[in-house]
Amino acid sequence: MTAPSITVSETPLVLYTLRRADDALILGHRLSEWCGHAPMLEEDMALSNMALDLIGQARELYGYAAKVEGRDNDEDNFAYLRDVRQYRNLLLVERPNGDFAHTMVRQLFYAAFADLYWRGMMGSTDATLAAIAAKSEKECAYHLRHASEWVIRLGDGTDESHARAQGAVDDLWAYTGEMFSVDEAERGLIDAGIAIDPTMLLPEWLSIVSHVAREATLVLPENDWMQQGGRDGRHSEHLGHLLSELQHMQRSFPGATW
Amino acid sequence: MYTQALNSPEEGSLAEDAVRASRFQSRIDAEERIEPNDWMPSAYRKTLIRQISQHAHSEIVGMLPEGNWITRAPSLRRKAALLAKVQDECGHGLYLYAAAETLGASREELVDAMLAGKAKYSSIFNYPTLTWADIGVIGWLVDGAAIMNQIPLCRCSYGPYARAMIRVCKEESFHQRQGYEIMLTLCRGTAEQKAMAQDALNRWWWPVLMMFGPPDQASQHSDTSTKWKIKRFSNDELRQKFIDATVPQAQYLGLTIPDPEMKQDEQGHWVHGPIDWNEFKQVLAGNGPCNRDRLAARRKAHADGAWVREAAAAYAEKRARRQMAQAAE
Repeated sequence: MTAPSITVSETPLVLYTLRRADDALILGHRLSEWCGHAPMLEEDMALSNMALDLIGQARELYGYAAKVEGRDNDEDNFAYLRDVRQYRNLLLVERPNGDFAHTMVRQLFYAAFADLYWRGMMGSTDATLAAIAAKSEKECAYHLRHASEWVIRLGDGTDESHARAQGAVDDLWAYTGEMFSVDEAERGLIDAGIAIDPTMLLPEWLSIVSHVAREATLVLPENDWMQQGGRDGRHSEHLGHLLSELQHMQRSFPGATW
Repeated sequence: MYTQALNSPEEGSLAEDAVRASRFQSRIDAEERIEPNDWMPSAYRKTLIRQISQHAHSEIVGMLPEGNWITRAPSLRRKAALLAKVQDECGHGLYLYAAAETLGASREELVDAMLAGKAKYSSIFNYPTLTWADIGVIGWLVDGAAIMNQIPLCRCSYGPYARAMIRVCKEESFHQRQGYEIMLTLCRGTAEQKAMAQDALNRWWWPVLMMFGPPDQASQHSDTSTKWKIKRFSNDELRQKFIDATVPQAQYLGLTIPDPEMKQDEQGHWVHGPIDWNEFKQVLAGNGPCNRDRLAARRKAHADGAWVREAAAAYAEKRARRQMAQAAE
């Protein structure tokens, strides 16, 4: 017997909250895969720290989604009992860790966005989201600093590290555009002052990322084709494997308490 | 290089050494702490470097069996707690390496010896974590046994090690309670969960008893370590303390200790049946179920990270050069 997936009443606010929660959980899960395998012990600590911050953000957001949805779902139902098509995270965060350069470039791209995003969300008319934003912004500011320093070290380090960092930038660039997209469901929340408009953040994000790239002697790709789909549950093949690991226990032992 | 140049090799005549050695022993007898810059016999230094680095390696290798369940933890709360716990172990490893460095050994050479298979780490981490219940048992018993071993080390004669142990023990005792709470949840859960808990206890019980080391009559290092107040209780004494504390906890959980010969003596001590010391010897010799996997995982992380460490060093050098050039302008 396996536990079936839940159904979710995706009102605009529930959907909005799940999208942000899924971003945090999936990236946190990816970072946690490094624990015990990082290039140095200090990075085992740092990557775990960032993973813990993100998993903490996910838990708060899932908790709020559960409250807004007002049914029997809780944080674990949302995390463990939704299938690939029900997950709403950005394609960027589900990208496999790859080498350390891929992990750090992914972190730079996301954290540079998340820091700006949560800073803006501190002014949300929704008091819970504003409070979650205040905590998340502090954490993402640290993640941004950590990832920027590493991308600069790798880009401006050895020939090998430069090539790896440039390769990571080239591979991940097409997944950055999705962070700034807005659909109808979110437009209403933006108009109501509950959410902010992420398209407004693009110039500042680009300026932060370009500055880091310049310091790192890396070149940002000119190709502006951007992959989309994560927000609507159209994911890469990687997410299913991640979920089969993440959800193994809850799926295999329906209804058990852990 | 992380090594601090605190310690120069001891020089002097044998007569001087005898005077110093006797002064050193009087300080130990008076329960004074020995600090990095103090004179110490080279055998004391060597013993401590060996013990502290083995302890550090154990923390780092110990991240692997528990890390095996981080991505599969059954709830978000458990996932966060396990990740934080494994991160704590890494922190313990880091400050233990730092404590060893105060004795003149470098982290690199100690880690290299471990990767080369020349340095030991705790035998317990050569067993596999097969189910979620293993995470509960490791917290409850493995960390429980570690606490029994380490509480006396908070009074160890070498200052940096003793102080590191105070913090380590605080965190370990939190881990132990967390592990016991996992066990309690399993034992109050479904029949399947309780069976999972019993199975984990069956597999880990004997290897945990071996964590205290060989029986007293066979232990190599105890005599001098006791004289130097590095070790304050014998292996068998600590093992007995652990068993006496653990049996009632197992009873409360409703689990059976997998030792048909275990019985309580007149003083109330729980007396265990014979331990298979051949298994212990085999695990130490590299023949445990996971020895090869553990070393391979550490070697892979080290090798895969080499280009990152080289890049960091190259960048630091470039930056220093640029700063110097700027200052010269």
